[in-house]
Amino acid sequence: MTDYIIRNGFVYDPVLGINGDIMDVAVRDGKIVDAGDVTKATEIDASGMTVMAAAVDIHAHVAGPKVNVGRNFRPEDKLFNCNVGSGVKRMEAGFSVPTTIRTGYLYARMGFGFSMEAAMPPLYARHTHEEIVDTPIIDQGALPVFGNNWFVLEYIKENEVENTAAYIAWLLAQTKGYGVKCVNPGGTESWGWGMNCETVDDVVPYFDVTPRQIVDGLIAANEMLGLPHCMHVHGNSLGEPGNYGVTLDTLKIAEGHKPNNEFGRESVLHHTHLQFHCYGGESYASKSFESKSKEVMDYVNSTDNITFDLGVVTLDETTTMTADGPFEFHLSHMNSLKWANTDVELETGSGIVPFIYNPKTFIAGAQWAVGLELGLLVKDPMKAYVTTDAPNAGPLMRYPRVYKWLMSAKAREDMLNNVLKYGDSIRARCYIGELDREISLYELAMMTRAGPAKTLGLGHMFGSLKAGLEGDVAVYPYNPESDTDDPEKIEYAFGNCATLIKGGELIIKEGEVVSNGRQKRTFWVNAKTNENPVVERDISEKFKRYYTVTQNNYTVEGHHYMPNPYVIEVDATK
Amino acid sequence: MAKITLTPTKTPTLRLEAENICPDSFAGKSNEEIANLHVFVGKESQALGDYFEIAGESGSTAAETTIVINGDVNRVKYIGMKMSAGEVIINGDADMYVGAWMSGGKINANGSVDAFSGLGMTGGELIIKGDAGNYLGAAYRGDWRGMQGGTIRVSGNAGSDVGTFMRGGTIIIGGNVDVHVGTHMEGGTIIVKGDAKSRVGGQMVKGDIYVFGDIEVMMPGFQYRKDVDSEVDGTTGSFALYEGDIGERHGKSKGETIYGKLYMKH
Repeated sequence: MTDYIIRNGFVYDPVLGINGDIMDVAVRDGKIVDAGDVTKATEIDASGMTVMAAAVDIHAHVAGPKVNVGRNFRPEDKLFNCNVGSGVKRMEAGFSVPTTIRTGYLYARMGFGFSMEAAMPPLYARHTHEEIVDTPIIDQGALPVFGNNWFVLEYIKENEVENTAAYIAWLLAQTKGYGVKCVNPGGTESWGWGMNCETVDDVVPYFDVTPRQIVDGLIAANEMLGLPHCMHVHGNSLGEPGNYGVTLDTLKIAEGHKPNNEFGRESVLHHTHLQFHCYGGESYASKSFESKSKEVMDYVNSTDNITFDLGVVTLDETTTMTADGPFEFHLSHMNSLKWANTDVELETGSGIVPFIYNPKTFIAGAQWAVGLELGLLVKDPMKAYVTTDAPNAGPLMRYPRVYKWLMSAKAREDMLNNVLKYGDSIRARCYIGELDREISLYELAMMTRAGPAKTLGLGHMFGSLKAGLEGDVAVYPYNPESDTDDPEKIEYAFGNCATLIKGGELIIKEGEVVSNGRQKRTFWVNAKTNENPVVERDISEKFKRYYTVTQNNYTVEGHHYMPNPYVIEVDATK
Repeated sequence: MAKITLTPTKTPTLRLEAENICPDSFAGKSNEEIANLHVFVGKESQALGDYFEIAGESGSTAAETTIVINGDVNRVKYIGMKMSAGEVIINGDADMYVGAWMSGGKINANGSVDAFSGLGMTGGELIIKGDAGNYLGAAYRGDWRGMQGGTIRVSGNAGSDVGTFMRGGTIIIGGNVDVHVGTHMEGGTIIVKGDAKSRVGGQMVKGDIYVFGDIEVMMPGFQYRKDVDSEVDGTTGSFALYEGDIGERHGKSKGETIYGKLYMKH
């Protein structure tokens, strides 16, 4: 394997405390090593450029049945949006629901090394893994959804945390999943009965449990197992005006829970796309709607066991997709566009609706403001991760644009003054106009690398340039000394990295994709638990009684669905 | 106005995808440059000059350019796609997507055109002397933004799915149409001077459809309201007004529900 030495870049690494020093970074045998340790390395000149560890995405919908239904029912998403293949590059297409090939290339161009697929329906885990295998270059994992699962609802109703944990461990092994995702806890199952859970104390029909119990039980089970990632929740009442109280109730469930893991993770609850959950008022009209980002962030800033990602609205035409079935139904009636919906047997549901965040409307601009406010109000950037809940609040390719807005007050002013039609009412109803903070490159490295890696329990592999970590390095054509005059330079640079080394392999050379990556891995977590005859009996019973498939047709068999697995072993037998 | 003439010299083995046959692409280019514009044959990119003899000259802007195609181009797709100004005259039959997404200018097709012509167009004129294929003035597959402006006039017949997801503009068919007219229509006007088969205005939200001849099978979601006298494209007559599609969502204006309107000539 070739060794590389990246010379004279401005290096940012919050884990090592390096803040823009001009240094050399070296990669040998796929790992980061001290620059002094390499002798016969290929030299890459990064002078005048920004060097960081490759980025880590904690939450994006980029593989699986929902994404694929999005592709199928939106052929117009690919219209006039196609690059023919050339050299090693394969054809890529699509905007909000890109092909797997474009997804891989987009991540590479933005300098990412790892992405977590945010919601995998267990029954369709095979499909999810097939798409992951087809997505080039980046390492990936997937979070199965647990928040509306019949086993979980039944165990939690009886306060059986141990059984919940045993079931989680079993399901992770069956689906080759990475951790515990919980979408609209209880609400998606309630919707099967024509209802929803709008607060944390609404009771799920038949199962007789509340979202509060579900979130609490899943956190307890997650920590009992000691999984690398914490419980990852999309709370109740997403997108509803006045929902911030529900969000605070959800976050407060973390009080009293302590992280228990061997991976350095400090969070017990990760709240995803928090932007959609920080709304005040009673409607989307400018007379009523208001941002409650400050109220929510005041609480988050006072805690030490909660992390979140932003979910910034990028004001594009996009495709919304979530396991929150009732929300998508609601959305389809708001914009009267097409709607796809699925009920996934005992496990979850989902819906898909195209959506246009129109900058000429008040509400889209206000949503844009709320997402950025969260990133600007956080005290410790290690808690706040940049996402667009791709593609829900915006397409994946817009990450660099979000960086620009976070890093430049000038860029935000330009939006409020010139792009958004209701800039003044947005200033009046949101906090954005008062915030002049500009996220630094060092803080950006926390929010896109060190932070998400730590909360995923992958700080020992990704997110830093510390010797021994994976050889994932991105070089961006951005000079932190001379390129500060124009915020557009931020967006360009972070979407077009000059060099990407992934696992020690040169993927992007002088801005061009030169390899499709030879060692793409699928990460999953194998948690060993003690034998649990109750859970074993319940599983066998449910498959006989309710599932349309047998257990044999459910398991994700390693050899076909993940040719290159990376297993993280966890011992929860003690 | 400068005139440039294209004469087909050979029949492509596969269909030719020639979105470059468009005043916007030709404007300000020499004939040699125009001959080098790409056309796709399957996945291969070839030159326009391999298939056409090019004579005359193009104008400096699209508005000053008239393209005349002399001969059958019934295996050439996308003629006049996305054109914004100028004129295209087709003396022969053309393949699919003639004038698709056009926003201005004029296309005179003196023969017939195949499916998806005038797809998603937002302005300009598309005049077809012969027949039109399916999905005339409709939306691209999956899209909800069909024809939004401009005029399509067909002297002959049109195929099925005329004006699907139409939102504005006018389509006039001199002859008959096949099934599905104005499905999901949310604005604009469709005038059928001959007969229509069935499913006229299915899931129609808003807009006007006139049928001078017969509708073989009426949609159940339309209700008779009253008789009205009106002048439609130069023809004065009495029409029976139906409103629908009752099963669809409908907006309100000044307290009244706005339905799609279907006029049948007495």
